[in-house]
Amino acid sequence: MNERDVIRIEGLTRTYVMGTNQVHALAGIDLTVSAGEMVAVMGASGSGKSTLMNMIGCLDQPTSGSYELDGEQVADLGRNRLADLRNRRLGFVFQGFNLLSRTSAQENVELPLLYDRSGRGGDSASRARRALERVGLGDRTGHLPNELSGGQQQRVAIARALVTEPSLLLADEPTGNLDTRTSIEVLALFQELNDQGLTVVMVTHEKEIARYAKRIVELRDGLIVRDVPVHDRGHAAADLGRIMEGAA
Amino acid sequence: MRPDKLIRIAMRSIARTKMRSMLTALGIIIGVGAVIVMVAIGHGAKSRIEQSIQNLGTNMVVITPGTSASGGVSRGAGSFNRLTTDDAEKLQRESMLLSEVTPVIMTFSRVRGGGGNWRAPIYGVAPNFQDIRDWGMASGQFIGAADLRARRKVCVLGATVAENLFPEQDPVGQEVILRGVPFDVIGVLEDKGQTADGSDQDDMVIAPWTTIQDRLAGRQFIAQILGSAWSPDDVEAAMDEAAAIMRESHELGDWEEDDFTVRNQADLAEAATGTTEVMTLLLAAIAGISLLVGGIGIMNIMLVSVTERTREIGIRMAIGARPGDVLTQFLVEAVVLSVLGGLLGVGLGYAGSWVVDYLTGWPTVIDATTVALALGFSASVGIFFGFWPARKAAALSPIDALRFE
Repeated sequence: MNERDVIRIEGLTRTYVMGTNQVHALAGIDLTVSAGEMVAVMGASGSGKSTLMNMIGCLDQPTSGSYELDGEQVADLGRNRLADLRNRRLGFVFQGFNLLSRTSAQENVELPLLYDRSGRGGDSASRARRALERVGLGDRTGHLPNELSGGQQQRVAIARALVTEPSLLLADEPTGNLDTRTSIEVLALFQELNDQGLTVVMVTHEKEIARYAKRIVELRDGLIVRDVPVHDRGHAAADLGRIMEGAA
Repeated sequence: MRPDKLIRIAMRSIARTKMRSMLTALGIIIGVGAVIVMVAIGHGAKSRIEQSIQNLGTNMVVITPGTSASGGVSRGAGSFNRLTTDDAEKLQRESMLLSEVTPVIMTFSRVRGGGGNWRAPIYGVAPNFQDIRDWGMASGQFIGAADLRARRKVCVLGATVAENLFPEQDPVGQEVILRGVPFDVIGVLEDKGQTADGSDQDDMVIAPWTTIQDRLAGRQFIAQILGSAWSPDDVEAAMDEAAAIMRESHELGDWEEDDFTVRNQADLAEAATGTTEVMTLLLAAIAGISLLVGGIGIMNIMLVSVTERTREIGIRMAIGARPGDVLTQFLVEAVVLSVLGGLLGVGLGYAGSWVVDYLTGWPTVIDATTVALALGFSASVGIFFGFWPARKAAALSPIDALRFE
């Protein structure tokens, strides 16, 4: 196997039992994502993209098949090992931001470091501040989530995902709660981080968002029906500049 | 996870909801406060009793009629009694270990004098009563040996009697009438306050026992004999010796039980403090129940909190919290809450005890053991009642928790 593969999924299935019915949320997925890629996972609701997201995010275990994250086999790991993997290898960004309320931006960003048992010490407060600076919120460290705009909140969530220096940034509908301009801002940040070498996988149902990725994977009925590189890739920062000009 | 991180996480969660945390801990605060105040009152009562028994004089030996353990044998009415002035004289003569012995004859009478009227116990004693009880004079003098021999009609008033009959003047030199017999007041005793059981020691009149026997009580048997050992170390031996002399005086055979009881102050103290210990325990138990109720309050809020914070639990799990971390976090929150409550409760207990002391004049005593026990108990309450909610939180699946609205 290629050591540069961050995700390596083979024959992955996930079956839910609802009463007497069996629901095949994932019916046999093969997917490899290499380091430095930026992948958009698309699909209608019920296509299985959320389930795939949970699998990649080590939140759920496959019914069959294999999943290697950063060269480590994930299937069959216990809850504690999964938690450690999430902490060390993954950074999550959610649609609803999922920040702790009444908790300052800096404290939110510090949170993953509190659960880090790998002993990669360091001053968690200054690491959190650096992560916030990286997303352009260096001057908002003491603000509470309800004092920040939606875009700023999402950037705090991105800083929280980055603070552990993960192998993979996993975003679930990251722009679902944001207006167009803020969405493009977030995508510009993703592209910038991706250019710095971070692997990004994001789930979205919006084509305009997906075209900022390097590769699009489309799911239907628990199967991958399309897996193509993006030829006319958008440049979010440039688009943002145009929007600003138009507004001015 | 490191304990300092854990406590930091818990403290942050508690600080986020200050008002609710305060209300949650209120049960524990009140519970611990109540335990400390109750035990402080109990200990205060006990120390007061011990002190008032100390007031009697440490070397004192008390002989009372009747056996302490009658062994199921009932002595019928008119059976041979018990204490006489002859016993007291024999003890005074023969005892090597008792320095002083006095009979105490007790009767009740109306005391008339100074235009007033007062009903009080009358004690007929020997002059050495004053040394045995270690009782000073407020004015005048105590009855003397000559008064006893000559059966003089002289008396000494307790402070209460003196105050009631002669509020405006010194009673010494005045006359009081006991059952129609006039007595000259030759002295007033120092104020000694209440005894352990709350009776007023100063409410009495003292006269020579010879006079009382002649004029008031007749040749009846005496209430008790008081003796005083040479030193506190002699008390135990003196009691044995007194018992032997008493048996001889009563001509008891080897097979016969004592028809008298010899006690010292330790015995008296034990009997008196035994009651307060039971009382203290009872008060503490009632207060302890309120602590338990406080614990249930914490469990209640923690359960609500777990449901309310399901999403937070999901976030924590998604970013790498192990189930054990979540369990520990909630457990530590419960313990921190209850220990903080406990600490505030200790403060409340001190304040409450001071208020009780200030308002009622009951002395209160707070000892370190009670405080430590109350704090330890409140921490255990936190662990015990925090465990179930914490386990519920840890068992959540991260996917379901994240999806929770």
